[in-house]
Amino acid sequence: MKDNKKMELAQWASEYASKNGAKEVSVSVYDSKESEVEVRKQKIEKIQESIESGLSIKLYVNGKYSTHSTNRLKKSELEKFINEAILGTNYLAEDKYRSLPDRHLCYDGEEKDLKLFDSNYDSIDPRQKIDLAMAVEAETLDMDDRIISVSGSYGDGMYRSYMVLSNGVEGYKESTSYSVSGSASINGGDSRPSDYHYNSARFWNQLSGEGVGKYAVERALQKIGAKTIKSGKMEMLIENRSVGRVFGSLMQPLYGRNIQQKRSFLDGKIGHKIASDLLSITDNPFIESGRNSRLYDRDGLAARKMTVIENGVLRSYYIGDYYGKKLDMQPTTSSPSNLIFGKGSKDINGLTRDMKEGILVTGFNGGNSNPATGDFSVGVEGFYVKNGEVLHPIVGMNVSGNHKVIWNQLIALGNDPLTDRSWQTPSMLFEGIDFSGL
Amino acid sequence: MKNEFSRREFIRTGSVSLAGMAILPSFLSMGCSPLTEQSGLDEYLAHFNVDKETLQKVMAEALSRGGDYCDLYFEHSLSNYVGLQDNDVNRAGSNIDYGVGVRVLKGDQTGYAFSEEVSLEAMKKVAKTAASIANESKDFPSINLNERVHPEFCKVGTSWEDVSIKQKIPYLQKLNDKIFSLDDKVAKVQIYLDDNSSYILFANSEGVISYDYRPMVSFIAVCVMEKGDQREDFYASRSMRIGYEYLTEDLLDGIATEVIEGANKQFEAVKPKAGQMEVVLASGGSGILLHEAMGHAFEADFNRKETSIFSDKMGKKVGEDFVTIIDDGTNPNYRGTLNIDDEGILTQKTKMVENGVLTSYLHDRISAKHYNVDPTGNGRRQSFRYAPLPRMRNTYMENGPHSKDDIISSVKDGIYVDTFTNGQVQIGAGDFTFYVKSGYLIENGKLTKPIKDVNLIGNGPEALSQISMVGNDLKIDCGTGTCGKGGQGVPVSMGLPTVKVNQLTVGGVNA
Repeated sequence: MKDNKKMELAQWASEYASKNGAKEVSVSVYDSKESEVEVRKQKIEKIQESIESGLSIKLYVNGKYSTHSTNRLKKSELEKFINEAILGTNYLAEDKYRSLPDRHLCYDGEEKDLKLFDSNYDSIDPRQKIDLAMAVEAETLDMDDRIISVSGSYGDGMYRSYMVLSNGVEGYKESTSYSVSGSASINGGDSRPSDYHYNSARFWNQLSGEGVGKYAVERALQKIGAKTIKSGKMEMLIENRSVGRVFGSLMQPLYGRNIQQKRSFLDGKIGHKIASDLLSITDNPFIESGRNSRLYDRDGLAARKMTVIENGVLRSYYIGDYYGKKLDMQPTTSSPSNLIFGKGSKDINGLTRDMKEGILVTGFNGGNSNPATGDFSVGVEGFYVKNGEVLHPIVGMNVSGNHKVIWNQLIALGNDPLTDRSWQTPSMLFEGIDFSGL
Repeated sequence: MKNEFSRREFIRTGSVSLAGMAILPSFLSMGCSPLTEQSGLDEYLAHFNVDKETLQKVMAEALSRGGDYCDLYFEHSLSNYVGLQDNDVNRAGSNIDYGVGVRVLKGDQTGYAFSEEVSLEAMKKVAKTAASIANESKDFPSINLNERVHPEFCKVGTSWEDVSIKQKIPYLQKLNDKIFSLDDKVAKVQIYLDDNSSYILFANSEGVISYDYRPMVSFIAVCVMEKGDQREDFYASRSMRIGYEYLTEDLLDGIATEVIEGANKQFEAVKPKAGQMEVVLASGGSGILLHEAMGHAFEADFNRKETSIFSDKMGKKVGEDFVTIIDDGTNPNYRGTLNIDDEGILTQKTKMVENGVLTSYLHDRISAKHYNVDPTGNGRRQSFRYAPLPRMRNTYMENGPHSKDDIISSVKDGIYVDTFTNGQVQIGAGDFTFYVKSGYLIENGKLTKPIKDVNLIGNGPEALSQISMVGNDLKIDCGTGTCGKGGQGVPVSMGLPTVKVNQLTVGGVNA
């Protein structure tokens, strides 16, 4: 529910900065509440609650730009804070690309319920939260003698923000989130493998912890007896929940900052084929209860649905207002909302059965990627698959390659997109991937 | 605007909104003097608008439901940044964070809450929340607070609050010009100068009260070079708990040379072959091996829960006799250095492995009690918003008996690695990785072609036992190392002499 005092504070800060030397101003005032419970051995290990608020302000002063934030919200302190910030901004070099976005590209204030906020947030009995976390561990208690430790956790949050731009644009966002998670550690002889699982929801009554603890334990148990296999080129099937780790490295070169700073191997590739025909991605900010749904972005630009990749052809970059001006390109948005992927016809078991020889990747360990060149190298965990059969877990292996190449080696998608995540990735099968092991 | 306050006076005013604006010209004329041990505590109390009686009242509330222990952690953190892009210093910013965290312990259980207001009413409210970890009714006797005096490991010449944006700008501009002047292939340069000053006031139910001033500066340059159609980038950073005196021509020269040499090497770099091979780690930032492969697994919370692969190895031989691994909070001015940890414990030099034998985990208050040992001063938190956890500080290996040349010449077919970006570890499985930004192939005992962008993976206990040579050239890295755990980031440093590991898996290419 909107707190009018916070909106007034944002309006006041914008007006105050404008009167005291800022040509343009963008203000965001935010507040949030969070709570968290962690249990182990059917005892609360940790309980934490927080309430916070703050103000951030972008100042455009005589063609110069700076950005500031504080959690001290008394007007007398904010006045000093803003005055000093304006004074300091004057020492910077001019940047002709710094200004508020064109008004016609900005959010028009039309309210639309994206179903992101649970009005029951404040009325949930803390005991129920503890019970949910306890239940995660409880369902694993007699599951297997090899369990060393299972932690159950519950977390929730309520977030509100109020945006005021000095060009008259105003916006309000509110959202809630709930999650329940389990992490399991197993005695596997020489090793103590672990794994986790979680469920999340925008609304309390949609949150379920059932099966979360058991699934975390099952995943950890499957890792016992892991071996390192010989290096070689093989197929790679990445489980849906792990795809984001590799896909995130393909997103980096799409950002305006990396393109403008010559750190993108996808510079100049709009309209070019960069991936297999199977890869189609839409950025949709309007999904009801979506994890990253929104009506406007951090610049105040109105949200819009856009095609990012269509049958392997790159259609859009992520260009915020500033880098749009620098690159002389129409801005889209500076960061992704919800990413919707095309999907295939088989689940992960079906895709596994189609594999001749390769690794089913269920997690990544460390690694990095170079957005300027596309080179990447990442540690993997998962299972060795031969002739469609999962033979054993693997350990101590890396996958390496180049993003310019591997996305063209995508040969199948799963029918299992993760609908409760902002990046709704399905499982993905690649061929001819470099694994290093023995 | 002229401001003639000394820093001591300035803090006493409680003008926290002004304090965040060290980027600003009004501070040019501040003749600040550092806080002194003699007068510091009263000033810190005044700054946070509290007195001992108020602290006692809040702690009484925190322990009202039967908690064993509580602490209050006040923090006022002031951050500034100045940035250069496309040849101009055209961006800057600042942040103020202010508040108090209240923690209650009941055995190994933790109740935590924080407030951004420090009124008695607000603090009692969050104390009540934290108190709920226990569930008895109990009156707690009055706590007599006595100051815990600590050494000063991070002496500062000119504090960042006394430095205006006008003074900082020329350093970014000069560094930009140096980098462009060194090589015609330079296409883009980005530079950031970040500084932070944190003021901490700490009190606990054992009667300890203390305070700390924690400075930090980070200077980072990213360089992109173009050669025909090929683009390569490289970055270099320097970061320490030190003041304005850190900005020198030598510092700029060092950063400029590092990015130019690093980016140039990338053009010629090849991918090594995939598979297991001998790896020589250069002295310095290669200490990431210790951080990922061993340090995290030595953090006692994981061992207390028996989820670490090192849980059953205390007192056992885990490496060669010449392997001694330290986690140290006392190295002057390093990123991981602390005068006092975030639980009011004096920091120290902790030997985790001595002559190849595992001798100590890294403890916070909870794990020390569990193991019935003294805390090691490793209880750290990102800010007042978080409860402390056992964390590393400056982690390094002591010098060994070998020379760098002997180590390299002992390798027939392997790699030498010198620059890293990041790493990770699976605590229970012990599998760690770190990402190599640059290095060389070693062929027949000689460094040959440069390599780039490869991930190394190994197993902690195995890698530790396979350290077969340790050089005599220990260097602690001054880069911007930040360690993440449990959603909290804390600054750390890492160091290593040149070291040979007999076998790690290199993420290269297959023929």
